[in-house]
Amino acid sequence: MSDITAPAPAAPNPAPPAKSSILRMLWADKFATVAVVFLGLVLLCAIFGPLLLGDAAGGQNLRARNAPPFSLERGWLYILGGDALGRPLLPRIVVAAQNTIAIAAGAVAASFVIGAALGLIAGYSRRIWSEVIMRLADVIMSFPSLLLAVIVLYVLAPSVLNLVLVLAITRIPIYLRTTRAEVLEVRERMFVQAAQVLGASTFRIVFRHILPVILPTLLTIATLDFAFVMLAESALSFLGIGIQPPEITWGLMVSQGRQYLTSAWWLAFWPGLAIILTTMSLNLLSSWMRIALDPTQRWRLELGGRVNG
Amino acid sequence: MADHLLEVRGLSVRFHTAQGVVNAVNDVSWHLDRGETLAILGESGSGKSVSSSAIMNLIDCPPGEIASGEILFEGKDLLRMSPEERRRLNGKRIAMIFQDPLSHLNPVYTVGWQIAETLTAHGRPGDEAFARARDLVSRVGIPNPDAAMKKFPHQFSGGQRQRLMIAMALGLKPDILIADEPTTALDVTVQAEILTLLEELQAETGMGLVLITHDLGVVAEAADRAVVMEGGRIVESGTPHDLYHNARHPYTRKLIAAAPGRGDMRRPEEGAEPILSCRGLTKAYGAFTALDAISFDLMRGETLAVVGESGSGKSTAAKLILRLEEATAGEALWHGEDLLSMTPKEMAKARRQIQMVFQDPTQSLNPRMSVFQIVSEPWVIHPGVVEKRRWRERVAELLEQVGLKAEHAQRYPHQFSGGQRQRIAIARALALEPELIICDEAVSALDVSIQAQVIALLGKLRDELGIAFMFIAHDLPVVRDFADRVLVMKGGQIVEQGPVRRIFEDPREGYTQRLLAAGLDPDPEVQRQRREARLKLSA
Repeated sequence: MSDITAPAPAAPNPAPPAKSSILRMLWADKFATVAVVFLGLVLLCAIFGPLLLGDAAGGQNLRARNAPPFSLERGWLYILGGDALGRPLLPRIVVAAQNTIAIAAGAVAASFVIGAALGLIAGYSRRIWSEVIMRLADVIMSFPSLLLAVIVLYVLAPSVLNLVLVLAITRIPIYLRTTRAEVLEVRERMFVQAAQVLGASTFRIVFRHILPVILPTLLTIATLDFAFVMLAESALSFLGIGIQPPEITWGLMVSQGRQYLTSAWWLAFWPGLAIILTTMSLNLLSSWMRIALDPTQRWRLELGGRVNG
Repeated sequence: MADHLLEVRGLSVRFHTAQGVVNAVNDVSWHLDRGETLAILGESGSGKSVSSSAIMNLIDCPPGEIASGEILFEGKDLLRMSPEERRRLNGKRIAMIFQDPLSHLNPVYTVGWQIAETLTAHGRPGDEAFARARDLVSRVGIPNPDAAMKKFPHQFSGGQRQRLMIAMALGLKPDILIADEPTTALDVTVQAEILTLLEELQAETGMGLVLITHDLGVVAEAADRAVVMEGGRIVESGTPHDLYHNARHPYTRKLIAAAPGRGDMRRPEEGAEPILSCRGLTKAYGAFTALDAISFDLMRGETLAVVGESGSGKSTAAKLILRLEEATAGEALWHGEDLLSMTPKEMAKARRQIQMVFQDPTQSLNPRMSVFQIVSEPWVIHPGVVEKRRWRERVAELLEQVGLKAEHAQRYPHQFSGGQRQRIAIARALALEPELIICDEAVSALDVSIQAQVIALLGKLRDELGIAFMFIAHDLPVVRDFADRVLVMKGGQIVEQGPVRRIFEDPREGYTQRLLAAGLDPDPEVQRQRREARLKLSA
């Protein structure tokens, strides 16, 4: 036993965070602030991009085929260069944000919600349900996810909705298994027993006491999964069963630029950069959220300095 | 001055934390002679472990920093030695044992190998080390040492593990043994045995023993001299006898006054009707019977203490009554209705009247809920008890009732000390105005002075609100001033039950007598008599 326990920090504002204090905590973590600004930008692109730049993104200019970036000769739309058909890259990336974010966010959200819900049931009920759910997860996991996607998308038409569906199904076991493992641990904690003694319903115990404890873990996984889903979508597009041209996504742009990597690197680089920056921003945001949501850690942000790590 | 075996002079250690510099110990000086036992007495946060950590080079720098002072071992300053020189001293000349032996033994190696390893690490050949390890295991009183050498740590009980740790520490015949709360995690009867063993070994080897403890009883039983620490400073030092009878510093006096088992004993009221009657309550895990058909009554407004060592089944009984686990057989009649056969709906209603306070408030309070949310949660679960617009007011009342402040409602559990957290847990238990509160080791994890405050609080609530308590404890003195009746348990069975005065003054069963004799009294005189009684009982 160590007696060197640091005294509990006298947090300046111990009350549950109001709106202004959330902003202040965000400002305290500069990386998270930048991440939020970037994600806001991506979201704006996704919503308004196709409206504003839809025509520009589809317009071909054969003289601008594989035009190099950082040149303003052909106007600012070509600042990031042109693709193999002479279409400007910048508007294409902006327009592609819509499909990309819709598919990735849809798939991640669906697999997150379904996986977490099934995981909570599997972890908290001792009964046969737990067995059934876990074996189901084993089946999904043992089946090659790309093969599953190929079959499903061959039968159904490749649309955004079906793509979301397929990607979600293949990612469910990740959340399911993590949730179940965490629930099994948290349910044995003393405060869960204390809630049982108070007479709390199963619903309340699961959603009020267990879920908040495991939510940060799940959110972190979800942000990492975001990148995976974007790339998986591009793999499907590459196989010809995902999003089809002239529709565009970042993943599709990367795979289309792949064959020109040696001669025109910017074709794959810019959409790839967009994927990386989006994922990284989500990651920074989730690590900020992990601290901001935890009352025992919140003081790190309220002190203003960047002392988390 | 240089005659002392070990001398700490003017030691100051501080820690750099996010909140600024914390002075863990401030200008601390003490010394230890050969063959002597020095006790360092203090509560958590007093810095009692810091100086020994400095001796063993266990302080992480940074964030720790030894600001000033020297530690002289045989006249040489340990703090000026190279890490290599100190490594040679550690374990060989100065050894240490810890509170929790399980976390300091590696679970994947046999204990024989681990003890031999401490010897080979300091250059003994393998087979010689193994033979010596066997001698040591046998010396510390482990039955059948040859077989024991091949066993793994989890196959031993807590007391045996501590014996093995002692064997490991003594392997190289150290001049100094530092024991950091060596008996805190152990049952009282085992605690007495371990202290006796340490004393015997000290007489054989002539080593100096530093005993770090929070327990005045341990000081009275084992120490030659003691220093009392508070807030990183030594406030008083002297022989246990002097400290106990002529304490000068107010903190020492406060510690002595807080020691349980001093006040008047209560007398149970006659003719009260039982609110809870357990009949043949049984719980079996496979072939192992944790609770073997126990029967008892709990009267209205009465405090029933359930006392027993670990594994006696006392906590299991509480869990069965509250339906946290399903009983194998038996019934628990709550106002004549069997709790064990109630439907979930009936049970939810009954739970309003029976509340529980757990051992460790750090774990029993949800760290993500504010105090207001924690205390008001019972009303969310049982709508209609308190109107929603009165919640804020009522939470403030409850917090004040348990000795906290109304404005504490907006804070989170981690912002409180251990004793305050337990008060929050008590406020939550009171929120539904229950008839019975089950306290499962509710004060065991708390410092002595805090323990006294919490027990006083429970006593006050009992007198004001007429709540009945089922008070589970492993420690007899704690229940002496608080309980009306006592129930002594061992191995899943009730050994003896009766009014508190009869149990303490005229224990009829051998086990109760042994339990009483093993308890350590803070008064060195009383403790000497008690030790004689204990030796007589075990002879």
